[in-house]
Amino acid sequence: MAEIVLEIPPRLDYLAVVRLVVATAAALDPPLPESRLDDLRLAVTEACSNAIKAHRPEAADQPVVISCHLDEDRFRVDIRDRGPGFDPDALRSLPAPTDPSRLQHESGLGIPLIKVLTDDVTFQPAGDGTIVSMTLKRPPAPPI
Amino acid sequence: MELEIQDTDVQGWTVVTASGEIDVATAPELRDRLTDLIEAGTTRVIVDMEDVDFIDSTGLGVLVGGVRRARGSEGGDVRLVCTNPRILKVLQATGLHEVFIIGADVDEAVSAEPR
Repeated sequence: MAEIVLEIPPRLDYLAVVRLVVATAAALDPPLPESRLDDLRLAVTEACSNAIKAHRPEAADQPVVISCHLDEDRFRVDIRDRGPGFDPDALRSLPAPTDPSRLQHESGLGIPLIKVLTDDVTFQPAGDGTIVSMTLKRPPAPPI
Repeated sequence: MELEIQDTDVQGWTVVTASGEIDVATAPELRDRLTDLIEAGTTRVIVDMEDVDFIDSTGLGVLVGGVRRARGSEGGDVRLVCTNPRILKVLQATGLHEVFIIGADVDEAVSAEPR
């Protein structure tokens, strides 16, 4: 297994860099298909955005840590923040798209998107923060 | 992200052309632009997303807010031009393809029946 670790300041203008690095790591052989790379870019952006926003102000000098784990059959990315944590199951569900009240909600899509776009996601307390772990399955290597 | 406002009047609609990536870092620029237009009375707006290759939930939220404010005026709306499968996939995954009127080009977005 290979591991690639990226540390960024808790600043939103670093998100494009995170997307680029994580997608580049996931494109290593055996690469994720292009459509899954798109899923990964968006899921990582949502999780990293949440991590940056949750990061405690007093921990501003500590990084948000993004760890990519490349296994034969899966690609896992962990994002660790220094925030207070949250219960993803406690989030309110949004009204149906056809419900006129749906337009009152400009936020709340991030976690649902992560769940849809990844094969597995967990939210774990870790020390003084939270680790979001997202896994996407890699296709089997072609026979030699 | 780069935003360009084409002040050309396309059958009474103002076209906002966005390009690049719309994420939580860049979406406020789009929000400000849409808010300025709608508050100034320009409530028929088309956001041309043909050159947008990434959008996150914050960007989608900006578009939802624009639609809400525009539809608050008689005949107002924020419609999208989008054929990029990446963006369409996100709209479908969130169900927002049922909220927005999406055209393959400006003419199609303009001529679509209102919701």
